[in-house]
Amino acid sequence: MAGNADTSTAADRPASSGWSGGSVLVVLAGLVAVAVLLPLSWIVIAGFRVGFAGALDLLLREQTLSIVVNSFLLVGAVTGLSVLLAVPLAFLTTRTNLPFRRFFTVALAMPLVVPSYIGAFAFVSAFGPQGQLQDALAPFGVETLPTIYGLVGSTLVLTLYTYPYVYITTRASLKSLDTTLVEAARTLRHTRWQAFKRVTLPQIRPAITAGSLLVALYALSDFGTPAIMRYDVFTRVIYVEFNAFGRNMAALLSLVLVLITVAILAFERRAGGEDRVQTDRGHGNTQSLVRLGRWRWPAAAFCGGVTALALVVPLGILGLWLVRGTDGVAGGLAFELQYVGNSVGIAVAAALVAAIVGLPIAHLSARGSSRFGDVFERASYVGYAVPGVVIGLALVFLGARYGGGLYRTGVIAFPLLVFGYVVRFLPQAVGSTRASLLRVSPALPEAARTLGRSPFGAFRSVTLPLIAPGQVGGAALVFLTTMKELPVTLLLKPPGFDTLVTQVWQATASGHYGHAAVPSLILLFVSALSMLVILSMEGYDVK
Amino acid sequence: MSNENAVRTETAQQSDDANTVLELVGIHKQFGGETVIENLDLSVREGELLTLLGPSGCGKTTTLRLIAGLEEPDGGEIRLRGDPVAGSGSFVAPEQRDVGIVFQEFALFPHKTAEENVAFGLHDLPEAEQKQRVDDLLDLVGLEAHRESYPDELSGGQQQRVALARSLAPEPQLLLLDEPFSNLDVDLRVEMREEVRRILKEAGVTAVSVTHDQEEAMSISDRVAVMHDGNLEQVGTPEQVFQHPESRFVASFLGHASFLSGRVQEDGILTPVGSIERDRVYGLSHEYDGADIDLLVRPDDVRAEPVPKSEANGQVMHRRFLGPSILYRVELGNGDVVGCMHNHDEEVPLNEPVAVELAADHELSWFPEGVRRVARDCTPGDD
Repeated sequence: MAGNADTSTAADRPASSGWSGGSVLVVLAGLVAVAVLLPLSWIVIAGFRVGFAGALDLLLREQTLSIVVNSFLLVGAVTGLSVLLAVPLAFLTTRTNLPFRRFFTVALAMPLVVPSYIGAFAFVSAFGPQGQLQDALAPFGVETLPTIYGLVGSTLVLTLYTYPYVYITTRASLKSLDTTLVEAARTLRHTRWQAFKRVTLPQIRPAITAGSLLVALYALSDFGTPAIMRYDVFTRVIYVEFNAFGRNMAALLSLVLVLITVAILAFERRAGGEDRVQTDRGHGNTQSLVRLGRWRWPAAAFCGGVTALALVVPLGILGLWLVRGTDGVAGGLAFELQYVGNSVGIAVAAALVAAIVGLPIAHLSARGSSRFGDVFERASYVGYAVPGVVIGLALVFLGARYGGGLYRTGVIAFPLLVFGYVVRFLPQAVGSTRASLLRVSPALPEAARTLGRSPFGAFRSVTLPLIAPGQVGGAALVFLTTMKELPVTLLLKPPGFDTLVTQVWQATASGHYGHAAVPSLILLFVSALSMLVILSMEGYDVK
Repeated sequence: MSNENAVRTETAQQSDDANTVLELVGIHKQFGGETVIENLDLSVREGELLTLLGPSGCGKTTTLRLIAGLEEPDGGEIRLRGDPVAGSGSFVAPEQRDVGIVFQEFALFPHKTAEENVAFGLHDLPEAEQKQRVDDLLDLVGLEAHRESYPDELSGGQQQRVALARSLAPEPQLLLLDEPFSNLDVDLRVEMREEVRRILKEAGVTAVSVTHDQEEAMSISDRVAVMHDGNLEQVGTPEQVFQHPESRFVASFLGHASFLSGRVQEDGILTPVGSIERDRVYGLSHEYDGADIDLLVRPDDVRAEPVPKSEANGQVMHRRFLGPSILYRVELGNGDVVGCMHNHDEEVPLNEPVAVELAADHELSWFPEGVRRVARDCTPGDD
């Protein structure tokens, strides 16, 4: 019979109505978004104090211009190099017969657990003046090495410790890619390279863009690396100005920094980063691996080189300092177990809060058809992009100004610290929860509704159990980054409250590297553990 | 107005009699400015299985979601057993409608076993009753052996049985099925049609299903409602809708349709295949005398015989082998093209003259020429 036998699926079904969202959800998500944006009010308040003419004067100084140029150079170099490094690595570990593929798959993601300031101090210690390398080369008449300080060192360190963002997103996208598409291209007279360029690349581009965004925001906002590498970018200068009571300048520079962040987000949006990465799109036939032939071992050497530089250098340096022991001079820097407890406790608190308050935004963004979801999600990103220095200083400022006795007596010190972390890392919880929500068919809660459950009941009995792994994964991510967070901790920690991070900072700042070894190694270990949790939660396939 | 015409239209008494479970009155729905459903009226009676049939994008799934309360209509009213559940300012949430739904992808909860899925809607019942009800339903759908299985351990057919049992468990006053068979393999589809109909009839539930597959609609339904572009084209029993379509769209959508142009005369209709007696045409009144009409012929209504050119009225243009049968496309002298179905061993040579003759032993439907659908209550046009 000739009737219309076209399968009607998506076309016949309208996009899920915003109805399931409900206005309660919008209000909750809106409150969270506003709270997250609150610290930025500091910039505005301070900006008004300076006035327009004063602001113009400060911003047109030569120093400001050089900061802008330096920051752009750093962000551009780190992002570009990360993509150049991460995409081939992702391809090698997913699609080829690379030797030790499983090992490299994990090892190449591991640099993410190394806080960049630990990496930076290790690299300075290894390759800087009077560093380990120069000591070793001195007998051969090498008097000076090219300097590690400045743009080169900052770029090197930041690239090595942030490329995994691109690596992980690209890998995930490559794994879900249906390889029959590539095979189809090959049968249509495309070489491997042409097929990659015309079929694979367009499909993994949203993933690369998403990863690059994280890298760019990280590079822009990182405080530790440029500080140690003595490279004048926004974060370093803001911190210096603030400590030198140049608060107006600090606020104005923060404002510029926030504007640049917003510009990057807008650019990412235009570059197609908002494409929803397709999930559940048939299972790629992963059997067909690209045979590397004689490039097999050079490829392994490439992967090995990256791993060695990113992991072996800092571990080696830390090991060296550990063996040499502490000089015993620096009082108050001795390691205490309580630092571990403090670090873990505060990070757990931040992770829990972020997972809970991130839920309304994630739900609205994943399910709602209203514009609010998108706006709120973007709003939560701003806090993530705003450097920890700015958040920290803003909360110090706001706390001192409006906190009154509560702030002075330290009653709100811990809540403020946790709030600072949540503002910084909320998007990690939102992103992970949102991704797992998108994997839950909207028909499931609808089915629960038709079986007599209220909207909340349907969410609790059906959606929540299904997104729990994603929530735990997101919380673990917040935990990991909170453990490593430097500037917010430095600025907001209550007096006498010391964590692993503050110990490392004080030891390296005062040159007592030996004292940094134990807390750094513990920090690395705990971070690595939570990384493994994340990998297993998000189904990071090791095969 | 002719009495015959009144007979032709499906009895449209949408009365408020006690038998009516569901009523849609003047339903209107838009998505982002685009009208998906326009002024839809429909009523469903106690115990019947009604199928909304139509092509992709005709609004049938939206209609289902409106009935379930998963969408809100922009206009009109939905009544369940006479009580408004949507429209006129009221909106009853899906969990309070007592309407079950079987989703296209079944929407089984992946973290619950078959048994737990079925029990999901029974959370208000005491445990013993719950268990009894779950047992009864698993028995009804023949899945006692798989009660401990998780959805991903079940085959497509088994998943559908669980979905059916789950939605029937709370004894809804109305059950909705959204493309219930589209997720199944072709072989399984035919088998599950019979099975689902059996289960629904055994459960005695009133049901509305949605499909784009006309064969499925005709084989499982008590009544079929054909939708097109957000409008209801015709409602009737499968036989009525197939044999006496009220619009050319319905005629073509339900099966291969050819149209023979003819002129109504005193003693018969003059067509390219000869004169056809008046009593072989369904409900043709004398008001149409002298008018041009199109007669609907299905491929099994006509035959083409190879004849010498002098006796021929057409020529075979195309042949499509379908296995058990062959479909020949014949162009007639006036340019009309008709499809003729023959047994697979009856060869008719291509591009040769043939005589097409009417072999139908039932009354033929017709449409006034140039008119999309049969006039329901207006005098024939003077075209």
